[in-house]
Amino acid sequence: MAIDDAEVRRIAALARLEIADEDLHHVAVQLSAVLEFAATLNALDLEGCEPTTFAPAGEPLRADAPDGRTLGAEDVLAGAPEVRDGCFVVPIIVENVNP
Amino acid sequence: MSAAADAWRLSAASVAEAVRSRALDPVDAAASGWDGPARRWERDVHAVAHSDPAARHSAARDARTDGPLAGVPVLVKDNLCTTDYPTTCGSRILAGWHAPYEATVVRRLREAGGVVVGKANMDEFAMGSSTEFSCYGPTRNPWDLDRVPGGSSGGSAAAVAYGLVPLALGSDTGGSVRQPAAFCGVYGLKPTYGRLSRYGLVAFGSSLDQVGLFARHAGDVAMLYAALAGPDPFDATSRPGPAPDVSPWDAGVAGLRFGWPANLWEKGVDAPIVAGLERSAAALERAGATRVPLEFRPGDAGVAAYYLVATAEASSNLARFDGVRYGRRAAGATDVFDLYTRTRSEGFGPEVRRRILLGTYALSSGYYDAYYLKAQRARTRIRREFAAAFGRCDLLLLPTAPTLPFRLGEKVDDPLAMYLSDVFTIGANLAGLPGLSVPAGLSPEGLPVGVQLLAPEDGEPALLRAARAIEVDGDAARLPRGHEREVAWPGSR
Repeated sequence: MAIDDAEVRRIAALARLEIADEDLHHVAVQLSAVLEFAATLNALDLEGCEPTTFAPAGEPLRADAPDGRTLGAEDVLAGAPEVRDGCFVVPIIVENVNP
Repeated sequence: MSAAADAWRLSAASVAEAVRSRALDPVDAAASGWDGPARRWERDVHAVAHSDPAARHSAARDARTDGPLAGVPVLVKDNLCTTDYPTTCGSRILAGWHAPYEATVVRRLREAGGVVVGKANMDEFAMGSSTEFSCYGPTRNPWDLDRVPGGSSGGSAAAVAYGLVPLALGSDTGGSVRQPAAFCGVYGLKPTYGRLSRYGLVAFGSSLDQVGLFARHAGDVAMLYAALAGPDPFDATSRPGPAPDVSPWDAGVAGLRFGWPANLWEKGVDAPIVAGLERSAAALERAGATRVPLEFRPGDAGVAAYYLVATAEASSNLARFDGVRYGRRAAGATDVFDLYTRTRSEGFGPEVRRRILLGTYALSSGYYDAYYLKAQRARTRIRREFAAAFGRCDLLLLPTAPTLPFRLGEKVDDPLAMYLSDVFTIGANLAGLPGLSVPAGLSPEGLPVGVQLLAPEDGEPALLRAARAIEVDGDAARLPRGHEREVAWPGSR
């Protein structure tokens, strides 16, 4: 197999996903099948092929500048699961600061 | 039955014309699909994720009655931002979320007189080829309820097919408009990358995603494209300059050369699809086009490259769904990392989790060169193969999908088999090219057969002219079992 259960657990941690122990092997089998299929790329002659990162290549992007239009904070916060005093609420990230 | 109640049978062009001439009220046009075919079909087909009678009524009442899409009801895929309906991407993680702004294509739709009548069911975050991976449950194929409508825009395709609406919007990252169009017997256009704004389309694979269009008539595709296409300052990937003029969609195909890569269907393609290709090629030849036999082999390497690029981009794009800014948050988290992990694990379904894992792996340290970079290099090779083919012809004619619509559950636990159903569609996404799935009759068992036309960048006019030649010659605009053929609006052309 291209990847084993331990590797699935490592990737899941990177992706902030939890995979139940009893599902790990099934996921490893499924991902391995796709990755082994992806190995067909190794048979391709890619000499002289630079990576295409964007299609169509060479198109200019618009300037990355503000367009003057904004969304109000209230509109943005309206879709959040928990809001207080005009801010998104998250669990405590930093503890014991200036106790 | 009154003429207004029969409005759902009309083409979008006929609805708009009737509304502009005041022969039809947009409120009646919007109600017609819901009071007519939806009563019979929607409970079984389940094409719609969100809709509401009061919202439909007010949207129709307020519609512009002088625009090119005057009063035309349109269903919008649930991954395009709308302010009047939730935008949830068929996912629990966005349950109930309302976007604070509208997608550019939705805004342009309304400015042209279109009436958004609801949001279409879809595979979660557009990841799937069957519309079985939605948190709202699957959509079924109106031609055979035991079969899938294709995906990921299966709700949009099925709704147009059974007559709920004459037009729908979808998105196509690897074939998600063209494959369901083929499975449901309607037209499905994936435009040239950058021609339709992606602003307000929830991102999946940013270098591949395009908004796509569904209709039952080639001319309706042209009308919708003309209303929506063009540069958008809010989308950095929008192509500058005006979109190609598709108004000569009925100008014929005399002198047009279409590539015929028969090596692609030597094996592994259902016989009725090969028959549909032959019928379509014969129709094009009768209309004055020339068949150019050629070899073309993007094939398996394309699928491999696609599923590495798309999942890598998806793993990055979907990192934003963490329980802080949008939608759903898991309860009981002990710290912020626990919050992210619980929210994502509870909120994402199995296919989305699988693709995030694949993409995370392809981008992770030690594997980047072996997988992601190699896939991006393969993409360059595929672009060159298309360029070489288009040196010899104006269009390519090939299958949309290798099979007829498959049965529900048939591929749901075999990701690789599901991915391979995209083998003929992903090339256009990898190369940024336009593609159109065209109805090409029915199989002996009565299932829709779709064929695909591909063109170089900005080749939409040629795609539509060829589709029209096949449409005129065939019997494309049939509706599923029991429906009568569409009728012309009294007094209209």
